[in-house]
Amino acid sequence: MTLLAVSGLNKRFGGVVAARDVAFSLQAGELLAIIGPNGAGKSTTFNMVGGQLRPDSGQVMLAGENVAGLAPRAIWRRGVGRTFQIAQTFVSMSVAENVQMALISWHGRVFSFRSRAETLYRLEALDLLDLVGMRGDADRPVRELAYGDVKRVELAVALASQPKLLLMDEPTAGMAPKERAQLMELTASIARQRQIGVLFTEHDMDAVFAHADTILVLVRGEIIASGKPDEVRANARVKQVYLGDMGVEAAMRARRGRA
Amino acid sequence: MTEALLTVSGLSAAYGQAKVLFGVSLEARRGEVVALMGRNGAGKTTTLKAIIGMVEASAETLRFDGHDIRRLETFRIARLGLGYVPEERRIFTDLTVHENLAVGLRPARSGRAPWTLDKLYKVFPNLAEMEGRRASAMSGGEQQMLTIARTLMGNPDMVLLDEPSEGLAPVIVEQMAEAVIAMKAEGLAVLLCEQNLHFAAAVSDRAYVIEKGAIRYAGTMAELEANDEIREAYLTV
Amino acid sequence: MDPAFIVIQSLSGLASASSLFIIASGLTIVFGVTRIVNFAHGSLYMLGAYLAVTIVPMLLEVDRSLPMFLLGVLLSALIVGVIGAVMEIVLLRRIYHVPELFQLLATFGVVLIVQDLVIKLWGAVEIPGPRAPSLRHGVFIFDQRFPAYELFLIGMGLVVLGLLWLLMQKTRFGVLIRAATQDREMVGALGVNQAWLFTGTLFLGAFLAGLGGALQIPRVAVNTQMDISIITEVFVVTVIGGMGSVPGAFVAALIIGQLQAFGILIFPKITLVLVFLLMAVVLVVKPWGLFGKPDAAAGRAILPEGILSLKRFGRVDTIIAGIAIAVLLALPIVGDNYMVKVGIEVLVLALAAFSLQFLIGVGGIVSFGHAAYFGLGAYAAGLLVTRGGMAMEPALLLAPLVAGGFAALFGFFIVRLSGIYLAMLTLAFAQIVYAVCFQWVAFTGGDNGVVGVWPSAWASSRQVYYYLVLAMTLAAIIALRHAIYAPFGYGLRAARDSAIRADAIGIDVGRIRWFAFTLSGAAAGLAGGLYSFSKGSIDPTMISIPMSVDFLVMVLVGGIQTVIGPVVGAAAFHSVKDFFMPLTDFWRLFLGLSIIMMVLVFPRGIAGATSALVDRKRSVTLPAGGV
Repeated sequence: MTLLAVSGLNKRFGGVVAARDVAFSLQAGELLAIIGPNGAGKSTTFNMVGGQLRPDSGQVMLAGENVAGLAPRAIWRRGVGRTFQIAQTFVSMSVAENVQMALISWHGRVFSFRSRAETLYRLEALDLLDLVGMRGDADRPVRELAYGDVKRVELAVALASQPKLLLMDEPTAGMAPKERAQLMELTASIARQRQIGVLFTEHDMDAVFAHADTILVLVRGEIIASGKPDEVRANARVKQVYLGDMGVEAAMRARRGRA
Repeated sequence: MTEALLTVSGLSAAYGQAKVLFGVSLEARRGEVVALMGRNGAGKTTTLKAIIGMVEASAETLRFDGHDIRRLETFRIARLGLGYVPEERRIFTDLTVHENLAVGLRPARSGRAPWTLDKLYKVFPNLAEMEGRRASAMSGGEQQMLTIARTLMGNPDMVLLDEPSEGLAPVIVEQMAEAVIAMKAEGLAVLLCEQNLHFAAAVSDRAYVIEKGAIRYAGTMAELEANDEIREAYLTV
Repeated sequence: MDPAFIVIQSLSGLASASSLFIIASGLTIVFGVTRIVNFAHGSLYMLGAYLAVTIVPMLLEVDRSLPMFLLGVLLSALIVGVIGAVMEIVLLRRIYHVPELFQLLATFGVVLIVQDLVIKLWGAVEIPGPRAPSLRHGVFIFDQRFPAYELFLIGMGLVVLGLLWLLMQKTRFGVLIRAATQDREMVGALGVNQAWLFTGTLFLGAFLAGLGGALQIPRVAVNTQMDISIITEVFVVTVIGGMGSVPGAFVAALIIGQLQAFGILIFPKITLVLVFLLMAVVLVVKPWGLFGKPDAAAGRAILPEGILSLKRFGRVDTIIAGIAIAVLLALPIVGDNYMVKVGIEVLVLALAAFSLQFLIGVGGIVSFGHAAYFGLGAYAAGLLVTRGGMAMEPALLLAPLVAGGFAALFGFFIVRLSGIYLAMLTLAFAQIVYAVCFQWVAFTGGDNGVVGVWPSAWASSRQVYYYLVLAMTLAAIIALRHAIYAPFGYGLRAARDSAIRADAIGIDVGRIRWFAFTLSGAAAGLAGGLYSFSKGSIDPTMISIPMSVDFLVMVLVGGIQTVIGPVVGAAAFHSVKDFFMPLTDFWRLFLGLSIIMMVLVFPRGIAGATSALVDRKRSVTLPAGGV
């Protein structure tokens, strides 16, 4: 079964169309990148899948169930983990505790007063940290980590609920170039190995073209191209958009006026 | 050769733990329009904000008009004659057009004819018609003009201009290009952040290309236009 | 109702609205530009009144005329303006970048200092002011007499509104204030020196406060309680209108003036309650007030001010705790009656402070009205025993339940907000409770409270009651501490650290904050109940703002980043207070200076001071926009 099938997704903010008839699908184990210039509607689309925004119309079918308009918590319960453009962690906790917190929530024990939190699900947390290569830092405060490592911890947190789908908003933003490649490789290998679908937005074209199975190009809320990386790269319309599709003529006229 | 008006070297910046710039170096001479090209998230805006003192940054050199501006507060840098036009415009929407311009007003430095309202309205004719209007009631293009005009009221020697063409209709983009050319004609230097190659090519003398927080290319605008390889690697997908 | 009566009533509402607006406009302008809620704004108002009762009579000696009266009022306001400017340069300038909690506390420190200075300079007895020449008569409207001075006040409100409008629209200073209210950083990028702009703004704000105070002298006898009583009203006006909005302050002042004028006819006992209820409703519907806008700085995440790491008890800690408990157990045996009394108070305050730290340090919920729940517990116990004829045991059981119930009710609204609005709403709810206890004389005994709240016979000896308090406070503190280390406490901390991340891993942030607020309120209520039996009485000071501030100071002294610190803080604070207060006439001055010093020098308490030095470099600032 298709893991994620989005169809006819629309969203307006006042008079601005942020998403128009957005449709795509994603299989288990597949990486799908949404790219596009600023204000293209990437985050809007993303947040409608994650539940942070309610679509005006359209369907978000997750493993056969329409989750459009459900609260983020409900969508998370159904197996969607997510990471943020600016890493969101619990800065007062250790690396392991960040993951343990996610596990505590996954097991429905947030409102428990009985046990000590620091001992709960510690082994499971360490396993997840092992997976992202952070086990050695388990007991360090997360606020002391390098940013690239924080992103790894965030990935482990997102994996704690055994998600079917990972939403990653600009996973490599704010990282040093070397760290970016490592994180994307890690993400891709975990996704393939665990058959998790990954939907991500990204500015770093190296990351996109090296790892995405499918690329979706959004401009002004509409999909202007989608397909395999090579197809998208060769698409003339995409190229034009990236070099500035608006005001080309105008700029040329201005230039002539200047000469 | 005389010292450049703006000299930046080894500029690094981070938002908390998220590093954004890794030793950016660039310079601009008086009366020169320099484009800083790059895709979303490459570090263009942060470079400008680091120069003007709005984000914490470290640099080996950060000199403007002979002054070390590394430790100066933003308003002192602005008073030295370095204007900043943010991408998100940040006009004062509760104020009228005229009042927005009044906030920017600063006396001209010696040896330069000051920008007057008349002169500005020649460059931005739309603004003249809506002097008394609240800025919140303006279109995006009009707001973009206002934010540039507001900075020019401070009579700067140089303007840091962040993506002036973004999201604007073609006819407005043309006016933006003319505005940049008019600024150059007045002897101003401009550091222009852009993704729109056509726009940048129409107005700039030289270009830098930034990618992942570091400068990858520097040359004349004509060279960059001719260089398919760089364009493919850093500007398109 | 008689229409003439309605007109008169609404005119008197307009007169008080006018005064409120003059004062509130100053507070809201200062907040708009500096983003500081100036607690001392009420003190500036009081200073204006005291200066006027000094200056105006002197000028009236020279010439008993209205212009001389007005000159005196203006001079007083100008002096207060200068005091405000000095306050900006000396204090506010240093606290623009500290968390709101510390800003509120530091400016409250100024409130305390001014209170003692005013008593020193002018004495504690209230001073009747001179009447305004030519405005002493009454005007007949529909055959009803209406004081001419009240009409004059309505006019003054409009004049101030007009002049402020001119200042804001027609002068560069005014345009800069409006621009800075919207985007301070951008104003700086356009070359404006903010330091002068801020000093000027404080001058203007203080001038308006002083003017408002000076204009009151023909209406009320000037007294030392003017500051606190006005500041809560002014807070309400600015919050309802939207912080930073002058038109908002005007509209809100009008609404509240009328609400008070007519509310007193319908619910004479609870006009204050009506006003605060209006504020609560407005904040729920429009979280930034009628004309307010979301803070541009919202979305900037900083390292939370609170507990950052949970240490387990080590061997040394266990030994210290053991010794402390041994000392506590031995106290009634080795100590005298006085020490036992102080011991009881320290234990009770320790529990109250600990419950506040549970909110602030763990939940990041900065409550400025924690005394409400302490007081509710005390009143519940006290009234159940005296009015309900209940025994001590069930009353002590019900005290935390009543306080917790009200905490659940108020908390439902409070936990939806954040930052300064949250702090204001906690304060407002605390003032509602205070107002009810103060005004409902028949039931609560009003200002005097109720006496005769005695323990059951078996616990009537001070020593036995001490052990009862010791057992109950220790049990409650240990239980709360346990909750901090349990998944619940971690979840609460997670919600504080990153609400967005907590939500994304399925934690119901609103629910956990609400639950924590209720729990903390119940614990404070237990402390209040125990306190009422130890004193044998209840009175409204237990619910007052100074009491809430005392709790905050205890948390701060102990260290806002520590779990057990508030207990130490309560002991230290209460011992110092108990020792010094009888020795000096300047306790508040001393306390105010200490608070300011603490905020400036070690905001994280004595315990946190050392680790703060290490951590100073690590504050995490996140970008507001893109990169």
